[in-house]
Amino acid sequence: MQWETVIGLEIHAQLATRSKIFSASSTQFGAEVNSQANAVDLGMPGVLPVLNIEAVHMAIKFALATNAEIGKRSVFARKNYFYPDLPKGYQISQMALPIVGQGTVEVTLDDGVVKTVGLTRAHLEEDAGKSVHDLFHGQTGVDLNRAGTPLLEIVSEPDMRSAREAVAYARKIHSIVRYIDICDGNMQEGSFRCDANVSVRPVGTETLGTRAEIKNVNSFRFLERAINFEVERQIDVLESGGTVVQETRLYDADNDETRSMRSKEEANDYRYFPDPDLLPVVVEDSLIEELSQSMPELPEARCGRFVSEFQLSEYDAGVLTADRATADYFESVLATSGASAKLVSSWIGGELFSRLNKDGLELPESPVTADRFSGLMSRIHDNTISGKIAKQILDHMWGSDADVDAIIDREGLRQISDSSEIEKMIDDVIEANPSQLAEYRQGKEKLLAYFVGQVMKASRGKANPGQLNEMLREKLKG
Amino acid sequence: MHKDTIAQMRQNLKSGAYSSVELCETFLQRIESSNPALNAFISVMGESAMDQARAADKRLASGDNAALLGVPIAHKDIFCTEGVRTSCGSRMLENFAPPYNATVVSKLDAAGVVCLGKTNMDEFAMGSSNENSYFGPVANPWNTAHVPGGSSGGSAAAVAARLVPGCTGTDTGGSIRQPAAFCGITGIKPTYGRVSRYGMIAFASSLDQAGPMATSAEDCALMLDAMAGFDERDSTSIDEPVDDYSVGLDKPLDGLKIGLPKQYFTQDLAAPIAASLQAAIAEYEKLGVTFVDIELKNQHLAVPAYYVVAPAECSSNLSRFDGVRYGYRCEDPVDLEDLYKRSRGEGFGREVKRRILIGTYALSAGYYDAYYIKAQKIRNLISQDFTDAFKEVDMILGPTTPTPAFSLGEKTSDPVAMYLNDIYTIPANLAGLPGISLPCGTIDGLPVGLQLVGNYFSEQRLLNAAHRFQQATDWHRQVPADFA
Repeated sequence: MQWETVIGLEIHAQLATRSKIFSASSTQFGAEVNSQANAVDLGMPGVLPVLNIEAVHMAIKFALATNAEIGKRSVFARKNYFYPDLPKGYQISQMALPIVGQGTVEVTLDDGVVKTVGLTRAHLEEDAGKSVHDLFHGQTGVDLNRAGTPLLEIVSEPDMRSAREAVAYARKIHSIVRYIDICDGNMQEGSFRCDANVSVRPVGTETLGTRAEIKNVNSFRFLERAINFEVERQIDVLESGGTVVQETRLYDADNDETRSMRSKEEANDYRYFPDPDLLPVVVEDSLIEELSQSMPELPEARCGRFVSEFQLSEYDAGVLTADRATADYFESVLATSGASAKLVSSWIGGELFSRLNKDGLELPESPVTADRFSGLMSRIHDNTISGKIAKQILDHMWGSDADVDAIIDREGLRQISDSSEIEKMIDDVIEANPSQLAEYRQGKEKLLAYFVGQVMKASRGKANPGQLNEMLREKLKG
Repeated sequence: MHKDTIAQMRQNLKSGAYSSVELCETFLQRIESSNPALNAFISVMGESAMDQARAADKRLASGDNAALLGVPIAHKDIFCTEGVRTSCGSRMLENFAPPYNATVVSKLDAAGVVCLGKTNMDEFAMGSSNENSYFGPVANPWNTAHVPGGSSGGSAAAVAARLVPGCTGTDTGGSIRQPAAFCGITGIKPTYGRVSRYGMIAFASSLDQAGPMATSAEDCALMLDAMAGFDERDSTSIDEPVDDYSVGLDKPLDGLKIGLPKQYFTQDLAAPIAASLQAAIAEYEKLGVTFVDIELKNQHLAVPAYYVVAPAECSSNLSRFDGVRYGYRCEDPVDLEDLYKRSRGEGFGREVKRRILIGTYALSAGYYDAYYIKAQKIRNLISQDFTDAFKEVDMILGPTTPTPAFSLGEKTSDPVAMYLNDIYTIPANLAGLPGISLPCGTIDGLPVGLQLVGNYFSEQRLLNAAHRFQQATDWHRQVPADFA
């Protein structure tokens, strides 16, 4: 039988507010255990949540970026369950009336096809703390630094038909939240978490199969592998006459498999009800207007502009606008260096990215800032250095704070464009190679390359290649 | 000096007739001698009170004008007091000392009060007789075989016995007004949101409201002046200007129109209470008030709706008491589930557990619409009844309770009979309206309470109406013989 895969994603994006969603504690990652948990985060008696309006603004920006409905009146609800890392015994979330309603995102697949994925909703909620199992022997500790961190849970329609589509969609959401600056997107630190609802059904049928929810996926690569594993598993179950159980499964990256965590029968009745400690959130049109004014240019629009304004190819423009940091870097370098868009684009996509990849760095962590990179591009542009020398200089810049001109001077790498200096080197080379000169003059013109090489070597690669070529031809004629 | 009102104490402290130290010593001695019989206090803060009193005397001597400087009060043990045990009447918090003050506590501190201690209460404010306290029942000073009412029973008994001139209380379904009525004192539940709930341990968040309990409306006004106001730490507190409650107390009542709900004056109301109310109505008529009959046609739905909404909210609010971070933890839990079950099973009393069970049930999948949603609809109907009534009248008069204080143990085995005690007080909580109870008679030596309910933010007018009545009568000046 032919099977069709159906996937919907629930993405938890941690909102980049400075303080928590209902308390004034910092949201900084990596602080000492329980140093960022105040009385509200600890769920002490009598304390009350106060909404951080920044989180609401960020959710509205997400709605604006995804053509989604904005809940003009949204309501916080309590999701009740007991767990040691949930201090109040309930999580404040949104249920019946979320802040963001239905929307859509356009996802470009590998083959260039654009697919529209529906968003069901996105709602605000607080994160729980963390149970720490390896700190005390035979005991579990609780770290509440993360408790109360704002999350936007973004729920898609079951519109994806393969793991690759799911990853493309997840990457798109990742790109959007970073573009509009509401989430740092750091998957290792858990700022961007994907849960996948996966089911299969015979091709041609309409009804959805029973789904499993896969949790604990902390990279796009693992997302793809986890879904593929799960699809295979479900097909195996069905083809051997079994039935898929509705359950939550954890992805185990070490063994590349999903494992059952809990089934629906064991699931809690969360007893949602409106949180009486918080007023409904009423969003005025004036606020929406104000936030739309502050929206940055989104990926599609920016990509289109890069093509039309800078005459870049669709592909290059797509690479540069895939995330906001890259696009910003590119535009900043372009504006300050005077170099051509094509040059800057190829240097960012080539030399810069390969060095970042090698060191496992993201662009914002690049040792060479846009300012310094711009200096490098200008020196290529104004012929101070050749492209080849520029690569050496970039290596120097990678390991130091020095700017490009300082390195050029320190290493003596300035391109030699002084005709008399080049002429002297040419004369020396010709004088030292009388037999080659004779052969050349007898018609063996291939030897030009030999002479160019010798002069370049003498100049330690610094001779202006164009100038050198032209002058050498003249000299060799005799 | 212990029979002075807070208003008189302010003058006497200012004039130097007596010092705060003398005043507080007097009350601490009275607490020491009378509390064993009443059990009104869970904690007495003698040492810190004397420190505060000495500091207040210095400030008084330097001409400091803080509104309640040097005046002794006590807090219901539901208000968090920094570094001082705040038990909420529960074994669960028997040894809990919060690291912060409730806003009500901070505001009264800022007004200069001296805190003598923390008063007894029904566990987590759930009860109408103060018999649900882990720290034992409280006796009614008028007859120690009777209950003081609840849940602010300790506060009411302490004020009635003149162990302290004023106390804070909280009112979720009548917990200020009902014990005030049973103990012959005055207590006001303000409009929902008028007083901050921050640091007040939650029972039912959408109904809970703090207010003052004292011997007179004037003293309640002085305390409420200090307690009321917007608090950015409580999202449900209301950012509206606060009236000056102690100004305008003497305003004549000519032209005031008071409604008498037909549903309040039925054969369910004990005849002697009805008679006391008729006498009070006659007194008010002499003061220029006119009375009209009104309808509150959904009144009979108030208690059932309340006993869905309040337990639903409490079942969630009390989830934080899990034995993990603070409060009672069972001995040697074998695993997490055991820790939860036994910590909560052993830490909570019967009535609290009953309400958690009711509330959990009401919120469960499949029952939510039939119970919680329906109760919310009833709540809207009841609010609408009041809104309609206030188009006709300025305030509503009725009994605070169907009977005077009942005997200790009389209703402990019949929860529904106990719940029906709050039949006249619950509607104001469901609608979020202010209500005041003041003494208007006695039956067999037990006080009778009269309740006035006003429109939103009409506390000033309610206090004014109560004060004028108290100027014309002396029910509020009567002191239980054993504690005179």
